[in-house]
Amino acid sequence: MQPLAGYVFLGTAMFVLGVFTMVTRKNAIYVLMGAELILNAAALNFVAFARYMGNRLDGQMFAIFIIILAAAEAAVALGIVLQIHHHFPSIDVSKPDRLGD
Amino acid sequence: MDFFDDATPAWYALAILLLPAAGFCWNAFTYRTEFTRKRGHIVPLLTIGTALFCALTIFKHAVIDGDVGDTPHAASATHDAPAHDSGGADAPPAAGSLADPRWSWSSKAHGVVYRIIDTGALRIDAGITIDHLTATMLLVVTLVAFLVHLYSVSYMHGDKRFSRFFAFLQLFSFSMLGLILTDNLLLLFCFWELVGVCSYFLIGFWFEQDEPPKASMKAFMTNRFGDVGFLIGILLVYRMFGTTDLAEIYAGLQAVAEGRAALPPLFGWEAGTLLTVAGLCLFTGPMAKSAQVPLHIWLPDAMAGPTPVSALIHAATMVAAGVYMVGRIYFFFTPTALAFIAGIGTVTALVAATIGLVHNNIKKVLAYSTCSQLGYMMLSLGVGGYSAGLFHLYTHAFFKACLFLGAGSVIHAVHTEDMREMGGLKSKLPVTYRTMLIATMALGGVPFFSGAFSKEMIVEHALMWGWSHGLAHMLPAIVAIGGGGLTFFYMMRLIYLTFYGAPRDQHKFEHAHESPPAMTIPLMVLAFLSFFSVGWPMPFLGGHKLPELLAAPPALASIALGHGADHGHGGFALAFGVLVLSCLVIVFGYRLYKQTYKDRNPGPEVWVARLRPLHTTVSNLYYFDEFYRATIVRFSYATARVLALFDSKVIDAIVNGVGTVGQLIAAGFAAFDRIVVDGLVNLNGTVCHALGSRLRRLQTGNLQDYLAFAVGGMAFVTLLFLFLA
Amino acid sequence: MISTIDSSHLLSWITLSPLLGVLAILFTPREKHDVIKTLAAAFTGIPLILAGWLYFKFDQSQAGYQFFEDMSWVDAFNIRYTVGVDGLSSPLVVLTCLLMFFAVFSSWNIEKGVKGYFMLLLLLAVGINGVFVSLDFFLFYVYWELMLLPMYFLIGIWGGPRREYAAIKFFLYTLAGSVLMLVALIAMYLKSGDVPSERTFSLIALAQKGQAGLFDHGSTLFGMELRSWLFLFLFIGFAIKVPVFPFHTWLPDAHVEAPTAISVVLAGILLKLGGYGLMRVNMTILPGALWENGGPTGWATALALLGMINCVYGAFVAMAQTDFKKLVAYSSVAHMGFVLLGLAAMNPNGIAGANLQLINHGTSSAMLFLLVGVIYDRAHHREIGKFGGLASHMPMYASLAFLGIFTSLGLPGLAGFWGEALSLIGCYEVFPKITAVSTIGLIVTAAFFLMTIRKVFFGPKLPQYAGFPDLSLREWACLVPFGLFCIVLGVAPFLLTDWIRPSVEALASLFGKS
Repeated sequence: MQPLAGYVFLGTAMFVLGVFTMVTRKNAIYVLMGAELILNAAALNFVAFARYMGNRLDGQMFAIFIIILAAAEAAVALGIVLQIHHHFPSIDVSKPDRLGD
Repeated sequence: MDFFDDATPAWYALAILLLPAAGFCWNAFTYRTEFTRKRGHIVPLLTIGTALFCALTIFKHAVIDGDVGDTPHAASATHDAPAHDSGGADAPPAAGSLADPRWSWSSKAHGVVYRIIDTGALRIDAGITIDHLTATMLLVVTLVAFLVHLYSVSYMHGDKRFSRFFAFLQLFSFSMLGLILTDNLLLLFCFWELVGVCSYFLIGFWFEQDEPPKASMKAFMTNRFGDVGFLIGILLVYRMFGTTDLAEIYAGLQAVAEGRAALPPLFGWEAGTLLTVAGLCLFTGPMAKSAQVPLHIWLPDAMAGPTPVSALIHAATMVAAGVYMVGRIYFFFTPTALAFIAGIGTVTALVAATIGLVHNNIKKVLAYSTCSQLGYMMLSLGVGGYSAGLFHLYTHAFFKACLFLGAGSVIHAVHTEDMREMGGLKSKLPVTYRTMLIATMALGGVPFFSGAFSKEMIVEHALMWGWSHGLAHMLPAIVAIGGGGLTFFYMMRLIYLTFYGAPRDQHKFEHAHESPPAMTIPLMVLAFLSFFSVGWPMPFLGGHKLPELLAAPPALASIALGHGADHGHGGFALAFGVLVLSCLVIVFGYRLYKQTYKDRNPGPEVWVARLRPLHTTVSNLYYFDEFYRATIVRFSYATARVLALFDSKVIDAIVNGVGTVGQLIAAGFAAFDRIVVDGLVNLNGTVCHALGSRLRRLQTGNLQDYLAFAVGGMAFVTLLFLFLA
Repeated sequence: MISTIDSSHLLSWITLSPLLGVLAILFTPREKHDVIKTLAAAFTGIPLILAGWLYFKFDQSQAGYQFFEDMSWVDAFNIRYTVGVDGLSSPLVVLTCLLMFFAVFSSWNIEKGVKGYFMLLLLLAVGINGVFVSLDFFLFYVYWELMLLPMYFLIGIWGGPRREYAAIKFFLYTLAGSVLMLVALIAMYLKSGDVPSERTFSLIALAQKGQAGLFDHGSTLFGMELRSWLFLFLFIGFAIKVPVFPFHTWLPDAHVEAPTAISVVLAGILLKLGGYGLMRVNMTILPGALWENGGPTGWATALALLGMINCVYGAFVAMAQTDFKKLVAYSSVAHMGFVLLGLAAMNPNGIAGANLQLINHGTSSAMLFLLVGVIYDRAHHREIGKFGGLASHMPMYASLAFLGIFTSLGLPGLAGFWGEALSLIGCYEVFPKITAVSTIGLIVTAAFFLMTIRKVFFGPKLPQYAGFPDLSLREWACLVPFGLFCIVLGVAPFLLTDWIRPSVEALASLFGKS
């Protein structure tokens, strides 16, 4: 059985990379991909901890739930991106900044 | 069956009372119809004529057919008892009691009664009293009223308010007759004021002119003064006896006089003071109504009204109501009150007669003459000449009405009231001249004319009163005797200036013509009544003279105070002496007139020049008007102005001041609110706003910035937990 | 004391039926003036008919309350919906219904804000009748306040040039009185029982307790005993409505600015509320404050003195007025003085006189204000000095004016006399000197009214009034009933005195004992 630490390191790396992608990249697609990374980091952690805590199924359940959520989120987010592209002729996420007003 | 056995007289009396009221209503409500506008006199003439007939019937049964004399009316003695004894039914009048011995009939004994008000304490049951006084008075009033109605048909012909004139005459007749018939003091007061208001409207009948509205207001206000005194007197009487019914008041005072009861103590006054004050308060009413000095000022001005009104209201009837009223409550007056009445009467008789000497307006001379004669009547009542005073009222009513109607006829002919523009009208107005001359003789007291009888009785009583009371009390007698000369003088002056000599205004003289029969017939009737004196022993009165029927009631107030009341009777010697004295005075008056006016040796101008200051005073009517204007009128206006100023400048100012103070306080609170309370709230807001405007910089709107903050925040919290743990 | 004769809710119908009218007008389009006016006439006509019924069904031989209704309302405070009338209030209810009906007719020429005007007028009717029929002090107070508001708007919106000032003055004055009344009301409530369930607002119960001496013995407050405080507060509350001398200045302003119909209601009924309140509350609940140890107390003397001041002062101030309407307004002050005199007398004559004066002044002053309204509609001014010769121009108007004026100055044979005479007769037994001085008011009243007649109606014709039409049919129909009342009540005052006598005697029996 693999020690837990490896999974946790991997998950942390994925999370940090995802956050970094989301914060730095201007392209909305990259931002989405960052979000996917974060979600999967979380799912990985769920599974790893579920296994570690005594082979329980609830972690897996959450992982599956997250996968479904990620799919749905990706669908909605891509829709929004399309709309943004339709509204602003680009998918640069720093363009729509009217929330600040 | 005797007329007075059942309620029949009440229906006659009600007919007398209500027919003129109906006539008033008819004329008032149909004044728009052609009939009333053009023939507004027909219904009034019918009603007053019927009333005259009813009054004659009552007079016939009460006075002529009655078993008249010194004993009570035999047939009625039984049922007049309940009316008078209702106050003391438990104590039947014993022999020698002070029950009113005179005959009287009350409708209450026959169930004809109108309960006008009942508060549980004050109860007024209006009934009708008929006795010799009312029966005679009814006849006089309806007769003069009828003649004046008849006269007015012609006199007021063509006036645009013809029907309204008759309406008011009717209303006046109603009020005057009600005043005579009522048996309740408060109702008497009601009718008293009603005649006043009729007088007001009739004086002001030609209200477009300048003079009548002023005169009418003056008349009403002067009377109001008297009426308020009258009202206070009624309040006092009610306080003493708990009733305003005249018979009950009589019974109450009778109980006091017989020692069965005592007057309630009021204001700590003893009975004498109380009765005197009440009597004097009541007397202020007649003082104003009968134009006694110092409340006489309205009567001469009242001549601004149409002449028939002057004849009816301001000579024959309404002004005599005061005398009638004093006669009606004669038992109530104490010797002191009577002396006061005599004094007032004396002053009035003298003052008015002297003004009559110098006035140039024919109606005003007659008005002052009326005033003076009313003074005579009051004087007579005051000195105990009850029957003389009331008898003079009756005789005076006829000859003074005749004189006024005659004056109206003259005015109708020459269209002026100023005697200086008349003269020589004897040939133009023969009927008027002759009737007026007869009336003048009657007024002057020439023997065998009606006035002579009443006047001599007055003088007789005044002499006896003065004799029994001491020298100072001879003044009424002296004025009564001397006044006869003055009266004759000023009346002859009037006749002279009007009818004798050369015409002073040729134009007016030429257009003068005798009045139509509707005017001369009343004149002739009245002249006949002035000559044909009821003072003679009359066969139809069973050989009695009318005055004997008007016996005075027991002087209860005097008896209650322990005074004797009877002055005794003078007998034939005194009567003859008075007759001679009166004749002498009249002859003197005639001599004076003849010297001054006929022979002009010296003429009136010389007298005026000789007595300049006196003449000025008298011509200015003794400055009564000026005095009142300077005192009462000015005082009222000033008070009104001051109080109105007080109202708006002080009371209202206080109210507004309270409002202003309230506003100031409110402004203070508002300031506190704004500065302190709001300040704190605003401080809160300001701080938040300042913080917000700083922090909003963080709000870039950039999605990635937010994300970075979120992650940073998360990291911060995580680190915080790590360190704290 | 209470006799339940009829429980057909007659009084509730009389009081509340105008509310239906308010609803009906609410749902009428605002431009349909005729419909609104007809509705208003109908819904003041219904209470009038019912009031006629009340008159005939009323048992005049009883002193107790009749047409009694009693329902629970706010149980927590023992507040009940209790209504009933006796001889003191039923004539005033009839008068109110009558005057409101004619007020609608005399406001027929209102053009501005018709809908609101008539709704407020109907609401006013509810408030006034409510006060007269309430036998629960709280209900009384509610109606008292309810009446205030429509009046404020009626003066403030439809009034003359200084209407806002007048309306606010009226409102604040009355409100100040109401507040004092409220204080006294609550104090009485709290004093009426030891535990909440025993406390009551019922005027009947309070009267019984008060007559048994409940308020007579209490602790003093600022050196004055509770009874006197209660009396003072209630008195000021009612005195402002009467109005009594120092509190009268709202009256001329309100009258002058108010439209004719509102002046009629104001003088005809609203002033009566004060006198009625004094009888119903002050005298009935606190008899001990007026009569103690076999004689009148200082409060009674004060009442008589204020009455005297009202009579004389009001008359003199009226004499100095140049505005016809203001003159009539001040004459009302003088006339209400007789009410105070009568009440201060506390004997059957005095109280009957005061009641007669209330009713008679209700008709005569209403008539005078209508008359002033007629001439104001034509001349658009009310300066007495500028008129003249109107008796030639408008004979019918002049005749009715003479009738109204002579009623008002107390000519015997017309209504005004009996109230004044009885008040004076009654008061003379208790306060002879004060009464004697008050009679000056009679003289001055005659003086200023006669001066008015002389200036306005007599004198030569004036060209500027030449074209004035005489009374229109509507004006005639409004005035003639009042004229008839003046005459009928003058020659047959027993119609009123018999009606009120049992109640008056019951009230008077509280006093005069030693």
